[in-house]
Amino acid sequence: MSQFAINLIFVGGSFALYIAIAIWARAGTTKEFYVAGGGVNPVVNGMATAADWMSAASFISMAGLIAAGGYANSTFLMGWTGGYVLLAMLLAPYLRKFGKFTVPDFIGDRFYSTGARLVAVACLIIASVTYVIGQMTGAGVAFSRFLEVSSDMGLIIAAVIVFLYAVMGGMKGITYTQVAQYVVLIIAYTIPAVFISLQLTGNFVPPLGLFSDHIESGMPLLAKLDEVVRELGFRDYTADVDNKLNMVLFTLSLMIGTAGLPHVIIRFFTVPKVADARWSAGWALVFIALLYLTAPAVASMARLNLMTTIYPAGPTADSILYAERPDWMKTWETTGLIKFDDKNGDGRIQVYNDTPAFAATAAERGWNGNELVVNNDILVLANPEIANLPGWVIGLIAAGGLAAALSTAAGLLLAISSAISHDVIKGSIKPDISEKGELMAARISMGVAIVVATWLGMNPPGFAAQTVALAFGIAAASIFPALMMGIFSKRVNNYGAIAGMLAGLISTCVYIFLYLGWFFIPGTATFANTPDNWLFGSTGYGISPLSFGAVGAMINFAVAFTVSSLTAPPPVRIQELVESVRFPRGAGQAVDH
Amino acid sequence: MADHKSNAKAYWQANLRLIIISLAIWALVSYGFGILLRPMLSGIAVGGTDLGFWFAQQGSILTFIALIFFYAWRMNKLDKEFGVDEE
Repeated sequence: MSQFAINLIFVGGSFALYIAIAIWARAGTTKEFYVAGGGVNPVVNGMATAADWMSAASFISMAGLIAAGGYANSTFLMGWTGGYVLLAMLLAPYLRKFGKFTVPDFIGDRFYSTGARLVAVACLIIASVTYVIGQMTGAGVAFSRFLEVSSDMGLIIAAVIVFLYAVMGGMKGITYTQVAQYVVLIIAYTIPAVFISLQLTGNFVPPLGLFSDHIESGMPLLAKLDEVVRELGFRDYTADVDNKLNMVLFTLSLMIGTAGLPHVIIRFFTVPKVADARWSAGWALVFIALLYLTAPAVASMARLNLMTTIYPAGPTADSILYAERPDWMKTWETTGLIKFDDKNGDGRIQVYNDTPAFAATAAERGWNGNELVVNNDILVLANPEIANLPGWVIGLIAAGGLAAALSTAAGLLLAISSAISHDVIKGSIKPDISEKGELMAARISMGVAIVVATWLGMNPPGFAAQTVALAFGIAAASIFPALMMGIFSKRVNNYGAIAGMLAGLISTCVYIFLYLGWFFIPGTATFANTPDNWLFGSTGYGISPLSFGAVGAMINFAVAFTVSSLTAPPPVRIQELVESVRFPRGAGQAVDH
Repeated sequence: MADHKSNAKAYWQANLRLIIISLAIWALVSYGFGILLRPMLSGIAVGGTDLGFWFAQQGSILTFIALIFFYAWRMNKLDKEFGVDEE
């Protein structure tokens, strides 16, 4: 059977499963559509949250980023998991107690202001739309590589599938398809990792293999990898980072951004009880950790495998002839994600770090520049081929990558559509809308959101990577602080919250735009995006635009507290509302006095 | 009634104390051991590298899981002790 047929069976089979689940779990009421009726078991919700959270970025890109950056990119591992601790302790249980449908619902009620509610809706829509573009393009890439259709065609197929189950099933359909998608993506991610870990270290548990000995050399795997990359002029894989301030702020931005992303928060509205919301955050992190503990192993092993493929006799000997390159390199060359240019005309592939420090060694070896450019994103997808694994593993990876992209896209689309139908239409424009009318509005706004996301995916504004930073920055600087102050302070009032959210949102956007271009229009950046141009850059401790979300959040807190302390405290009924979300039992008892 | 209110206050104080302790550990394993204190832990070898690297790529995640389950278990118990649990 051809590889194409195998891929088709795996991808087609998984899609048939998602559709079947959607038909089984149709939503009949707004409560089912928004929060799956509020009756989802905490373990099931944890699994759905894991699929919701782990996007194309986690599945496809993260291991590649770690492979390229080594220790320095551990920020993604800590940042994208540490947020769940904040969610479990600072947000999820109280928002579940509050018991409404959306994130702006809480902000609007707690800060007794339609203005605050609409600012929250705006933050939510900007964060979610920018995020969904990345998912749709990720799905398009996976389709075009594995199903041999154009990436536009792939996007349309992806959109139709998401449309079918998300519009029909709402949160209820999405929850149960996400459970299935989690199972598909985790199997797809771990099976190749187990094989590769066995091949390289003899240990079948990849996270343990990472710290085991490399069979061939007898050295610890990481020490071997350090040695190989050092010979080629790269930084040691495990080398420490100099700018620790930026590393801390970037990790913090990812953590509070994770805790502030609306599509993750609304998943905790679906469990029956406050106690379940706490457990559910723990289960979500367990399911996420299965992938996040495997990813660093995949990263280091794939990097070592790649180097061994190119330098079969070691980094100090001759590299492989281009004519004898393996098949996977040929297939990926057609996608343009691997590029080769024989700069010194010797017919061999030279890969090294083309820096002044290494120029003398390169000249001595007759090298004339790095000749192979490998896009980080192919690492996970090409992993089974690099390790010579059987065809069905490749089919599985295809289905897994699509599951990761589609499950996150569906969660984001639900967050967007519920904000529009519930917060904008029912909350401000037409409060007397009927249940049936609201459900119809939710479905229509989701349909529109899918069309817009697909169009943006087909015509990516050319800044997909930067916009993800924007999504996290906005969630970190606007939504997270507003929610946290709403729960932990009785003193922060409507003026404080609105001023704080706007200050956080604007300062973060401006800082990102200064370096990445105003509204991401190429060529409009005020400063070049290099470390010495960043804020405090001259000290060697510059703050990168990607790390600014944490600073934006601090600005939000400071502005909100200052403005609130200068204006009247919130009315008594709001203080009672705060009191009531703090206690799992009914509001009447908690505020009894 | 006044008794009930002070009970509620004690419950919230206990929750805040638990959160502060948990977040101190959360920050110590990630920002501390994983990033800022890594040079100090460089003497402790773990599989070809040092303890700081292990915390950054595995240890912090495992600690986060333990923290959430500990918090959930402890809070669900406190809910009952203070009589603020559901049902």
